[in-house]
Amino acid sequence: MPQSKVTDLSAAVGRIEPGSAVAMGLALEHAIPFAAGHELIRQETDELTLIGPISDLLFDQLVAADLVDRVRAAWVGNVSSGTGYNFRRAVEDGGLSVENHSNFSIALSLKAGAMGVPYLPTRSLLGSDIFEENDRFREAEDPYSGDRLALVPAIRPDWTVVHVQRASPYGDAHFWGNSGVAFEAVDAADDTLIVAEEIVEPDVIKSDPSRTAITRDSVTAVAEVPFGAHPAPLAGRYNRDNEFYLDYADETNDELGTIAWLNEWVRGVPDREAYMEKIDRDLHVSEPTVAAEVEYGR
Amino acid sequence: MDAESYTDRELMVAAAAREIDDGDVAFVGMRLPLIAFQVAVSTHAPDAISVFESGVVRDDPASDFLHTMCDLPNLDRALSTTSMIDIMSRLQRGEIDVGFLGGAEIDRYGNLNTTRVTSRSREIRLPGSGGACDIACLSQRTVVLMAHEPRRFVERVTYNTSPGHGAGGDWRARESVAGGGPETLVTTKATFGFDHDGELYVKSLHPGVNLAEIADDFPWDLKTAAEVTDDPIGRTEPPSVDVLELIREFDPNGFWTR
Repeated sequence: MPQSKVTDLSAAVGRIEPGSAVAMGLALEHAIPFAAGHELIRQETDELTLIGPISDLLFDQLVAADLVDRVRAAWVGNVSSGTGYNFRRAVEDGGLSVENHSNFSIALSLKAGAMGVPYLPTRSLLGSDIFEENDRFREAEDPYSGDRLALVPAIRPDWTVVHVQRASPYGDAHFWGNSGVAFEAVDAADDTLIVAEEIVEPDVIKSDPSRTAITRDSVTAVAEVPFGAHPAPLAGRYNRDNEFYLDYADETNDELGTIAWLNEWVRGVPDREAYMEKIDRDLHVSEPTVAAEVEYGR
Repeated sequence: MDAESYTDRELMVAAAAREIDDGDVAFVGMRLPLIAFQVAVSTHAPDAISVFESGVVRDDPASDFLHTMCDLPNLDRALSTTSMIDIMSRLQRGEIDVGFLGGAEIDRYGNLNTTRVTSRSREIRLPGSGGACDIACLSQRTVVLMAHEPRRFVERVTYNTSPGHGAGGDWRARESVAGGGPETLVTTKATFGFDHDGELYVKSLHPGVNLAEIADDFPWDLKTAAEVTDDPIGRTEPPSVDVLELIREFDPNGFWTR
């Protein structure tokens, strides 16, 4: 019998040690594992390196809690309103190191890690200051065509955290909707934490193997957390809570406001259930649109 | 709002939509282009396709209002929901006809900065590139949308997040920057092109705007269509009643356009 990897979110996040490099928020605005991020804040897991394309608010919140030493990302802010004030303050005060990427360069870094190669070449980045300012990006000549290319070195996170619609207790996961760089980050990481909206019987996963995005051999722990991506949307389950993003922008543009926000929404709530009780909005999809049936056959 | 009046941003959306040709594959991104693609595909460009770096591919308007490219109405009934590597590879293969960009700063040659700016000797950190650098490097052509504010127009960007025509001339070819670079800038006051040397020039003024009132917004001697193309400076076509109706259907509360 395969081993169940199910644990509660607090215990799963407890395995992420201070000083870890953690990739999260990998499907862009979709399926951001906010519940896991808030648990990192409650556990005060610090000296983190955060890796991701755009994190929307998640990186800003971890930076606000003073847990982050370094960010390797293409964009950090609030997609609904623009600025992530805590990220901005931390960089301007000199307390946060940033490796600037483009979305493609962070994707290629994780893809290289996932493929087990030291780097991947690209035609992007050339001519930009993202390329010029970072010694890790190298210029190279294609030995076949002679074309000038940029080389993007692999990134291997210690942990990747992803939020999915459903997973088996063994860690095999179905995910649908746009995936960004989530699967590349899972394959590149030493350990993966799957936060699932729902834990299902293994037969459910095996009924539709083309939907299986992650298999158990890549997975360290599985936690069931309904609404664990809120305020991000999750395909088929719930909509983006835009008001939450706008309120966050209003309430965290100075340090006192940020402390109050973290106390109210993270430190002052024990878990996701209590957090969701504070949200007085119905975010469930209003009309479930259903895919055509898929047949495999035997 | 009646059809006689429209906001600056509604005019920008209408102008941006006109930049999408029928059959184009458009790299859309955030904010106003989200609406511009939906207008284009509903009017003159029914065979256009949109791609989003999150991994969404669409051939029609979303089923409801979009705050972001990942809102469920943009995923619902999409052609494909896929990965970023898939989308960015289309860009790298040269298959994206037009990409949309914004910026905190733009310079004489259409280079864009969304990383950090200096204000009264203080450095201000901005969110960063996202996919903008890739779109700027690799699209066949790009269209830039920006609020018309003098502080945004600089001789040379302090940080080149998204390369335009670099230092002008054959800079892109020399630097091996693959795509075609910026073709159009639309601000809240005018539309601009880029001449054979890659330098910005005024193409058309929006209704009610005159050249004298915008020329001083640029810290260099701004070229005009008259100097570059021998055509006089045009007047930007205001959005039609039909287009305004569509914009207000896709942005019913004016979140992006009012």
